[in-house]
Amino acid sequence: MITLYLFIFLPFIFACIVPFLFKYLNRQVHTGWFVMIVPLAILIYLLQFIPDVASGMTYEYTLSWIPSLGIEFTAYVDGLALLFGLLITGVGTLVILYSIFYMSKREALHNFYIYLLMFMGAMLGVVFSDHLLVFYGFWELTSVSSFLLISYWYERKSSRQGALKSMLITVFGGFGMLAGFIMLIMMGDTYSIRELIANMETIQSHVLFIPAMLCVLLGAFTKSAQFPFGIWLPEAMEAPTPVSSYLHSATMVKAGIYLVARMTPIFGGSPVWFWLVSGVGVITLLYGSLTALRQTDLKPLLAYSTISQLGLIMSLLGIGSLAVYFGPGESGTVFTVAAYAALFHLFNHSTFKGSLFMVVGIIDHETGRRDIRYLGGLMQVMPITFTIALIGGLSMAGLPPFNGFLSKEMFFAAVLDVSKAGIFGLDSIGALFPIIAWVASIFTFVYCMIFVFKTFGGPYHPERLNRKVHEAPLGMLLAPILLGLLVVLIFFFPNVLGKYVLTPALSSVLPMMTPSSYDLKISAWHGLNYELLMTIGVILLGSLLYVVKKKWLPAARKFPQSLSLNHLFNEGLQGAERLSASLTSRYMTGSLRHYLIYVFAFFVLLLMGSLLLFHGIQFDFSNDAMINVFDAGLVICMIISALTVLLASNRIVAIVALGVMGYVISMFFVIFRAPDLALTQMVVETVTTVLFLLCFYHLPKLKKTVERISFKWTNLIISIAVGLTVTVMALSAKGHKLFEPITSFFENSYELAGAKNIVNAILVDFRGFDTMLEISVLTIAGLGVYVLIRQRSKRGKEHEAE
Amino acid sequence: MELILCVAVGILFSVGVYLILSKSLLKIILGTSLLTHGVHLLVMTMAGLKRGASPILGDNSGSYVDPLPQALILTSIVISFGITAFFFVLAYRTNQTTGTEVTDDREGGEAANE
Repeated sequence: MITLYLFIFLPFIFACIVPFLFKYLNRQVHTGWFVMIVPLAILIYLLQFIPDVASGMTYEYTLSWIPSLGIEFTAYVDGLALLFGLLITGVGTLVILYSIFYMSKREALHNFYIYLLMFMGAMLGVVFSDHLLVFYGFWELTSVSSFLLISYWYERKSSRQGALKSMLITVFGGFGMLAGFIMLIMMGDTYSIRELIANMETIQSHVLFIPAMLCVLLGAFTKSAQFPFGIWLPEAMEAPTPVSSYLHSATMVKAGIYLVARMTPIFGGSPVWFWLVSGVGVITLLYGSLTALRQTDLKPLLAYSTISQLGLIMSLLGIGSLAVYFGPGESGTVFTVAAYAALFHLFNHSTFKGSLFMVVGIIDHETGRRDIRYLGGLMQVMPITFTIALIGGLSMAGLPPFNGFLSKEMFFAAVLDVSKAGIFGLDSIGALFPIIAWVASIFTFVYCMIFVFKTFGGPYHPERLNRKVHEAPLGMLLAPILLGLLVVLIFFFPNVLGKYVLTPALSSVLPMMTPSSYDLKISAWHGLNYELLMTIGVILLGSLLYVVKKKWLPAARKFPQSLSLNHLFNEGLQGAERLSASLTSRYMTGSLRHYLIYVFAFFVLLLMGSLLLFHGIQFDFSNDAMINVFDAGLVICMIISALTVLLASNRIVAIVALGVMGYVISMFFVIFRAPDLALTQMVVETVTTVLFLLCFYHLPKLKKTVERISFKWTNLIISIAVGLTVTVMALSAKGHKLFEPITSFFENSYELAGAKNIVNAILVDFRGFDTMLEISVLTIAGLGVYVLIRQRSKRGKEHEAE
Repeated sequence: MELILCVAVGILFSVGVYLILSKSLLKIILGTSLLTHGVHLLVMTMAGLKRGASPILGDNSGSYVDPLPQALILTSIVISFGITAFFFVLAYRTNQTTGTEVTDDREGGEAANE
């Protein structure tokens, strides 16, 4: 099973080789030919799992990564993972084949294929991971590689914007999902998804159940472009068309679907899950199909149609989760079919949407236009492309004989069933499900018709096109032809796919259902019933709407731009930027004084606050020393000189007052029995005063700056508050000696250090490191002063030279 | 005695902070000097005052005042002296380069907005 790992990491390994292939071989052979080997090899490797998985086997292999934290790569192969694995590698092979003809050899192909391989590996990692954190890692890697691919033509502004938007939204959802995963890990006490499913009894009764569900759904909805997070997908259409076809129709946008399907055994059966998944899905379905109608550019049209179809799949998964609620039994089986339809449509959508994007790429490549207002009549010049577009378009519209018809019938059946389910308050609102689904299907039909017949039908206007149009080369057509063939084949032989791929996938989505109960339902796609009538209604009404589209389509396109989600997102983003900028410029004024006020105010509030809060203000004067006249005189001298410094208008007076204060302090040291201090203080004060006088000889006179009264008052209040805080704190602290001082140890200085002066013994012996570093400080200050003075003289010379 | 000194230290802090909040560089340096003095006195006061002889052995005294805060203050005096000297020269150079010793709120504010 180690080979499974090899195959998951193969794209990453191969991505390292791509630059060399590009550099040395690209002139002779297009790099894409080499790259195509990778998904093809993995596809062939994965195909051999099908028989075993179809018979109910699963494979598991664990590779240790961070064993001490319990983090390991656990690859787990079951039906669901295999379905996605086949899609990723199968569509991947075709997309690379297509890109060989679509991307010119002159492009930066090495970048393109490295990003694409990185994405492919990440996507395979997502679907095969059983470990939640590894799952998340690969998930973010898909976001990053998608970001790189969207901004492939990075010199275009719209590419960069689209990439940024998709990054912001998907990573936002990714973080939400991570939070949800962590809650899941806490609840289930395991990292493994399978073990979580086994533990779901404890998880469902846990208080974090709903928050974890919401967070996980946030990740799924942003990734799968559900309402209202879908706005990144149309802008991601700035990527090269193979990328749009691969990432934004077949694989990455289905990662969210995969997540929802994976988590259904854990969260399914809860009404919140049902309402969110199916409700958001249905809203997305309607919103996407409505908005797709308004597009004139083919790629955004397909992007909105992708959003709409993803909504369809999502709502089917929501309905399918009801099977978890009912459990095995008749009504459970009914909803199992819905989940089955979700997987079926998931597969179908990958086939027809992939081919449709490739068709758009061909049109773009051959005509230089993507806007339907310029296109028309291409049927005559591009018959093969037209055939593929017709197959894809009709399949998307849900017409026979294409696979979209089957999955749409099953969708109608599911919404009809859910309206009759009679739980979770469905009795009243449940009737809305079939109506919304039906209306959205009509819109879907109309935009499919617009897509096919506005592009290929009608009059041909060669003068509107940039190039001389002819049919695309065979190589470019090969991939869409294969996908188109698949679309038709699945219609005629749905049960081959159903039996070998979809049924095992379904049993991983709904493990509690016994396979035998729904085996019969798969082939039951014939018969006259409500679903068929609904489809006929869709075709009739849709055709009618298409015929009279000139009457209403212009009105629909006039939808005010200011109300669109995109506009809201952009405004919100700009608003957030403006808000934070104005907020920052409001308090980051650049004025030193303001910052000092913040610091001091914080100091006062914190200390005073905690002193008051914890009853810290307790004065105790019992142990105080006596005061005599001499002490009192010194204190008064000190206060007077401090006030003189404050009020002096002449700088000499201020400096001299400061000097007086220094000498008073040294007198204090004398009466407090600190001879060394008194000596040092005296000397330092003298030198400082001399320095002051020397340096400030050159400074202008202390100005009587006219300051606003409020300015002075603020300063006064703050400074008095600081002084008060210090005093109160000192007085409260003084009386509370928690333990005896260690002074007695230093009184042994003669025995221990051979010194009679205890202070000096402390400085050079007991605590000599302090002294050493203090000397360093002095040295550095001296060097600093020297450098500053030298710099001045150099500058001065420069000035003179000028 | 301790009460009086604590109040005096509070006054030194108030005056120091008020000076630091002004716009003149010279006043700011004066303010830091006052704060330094205040801190030294505070450390001294916290250790207790006038209990015993000066910490020099051989005075035949029963008890000495606490020598540890004295060593701390001595270190602090030297460090603050170094810093103050550096500040002087910095202010002096600022004055030479910009021609003013007043910190301007508006100019800094604009720079921060850019």
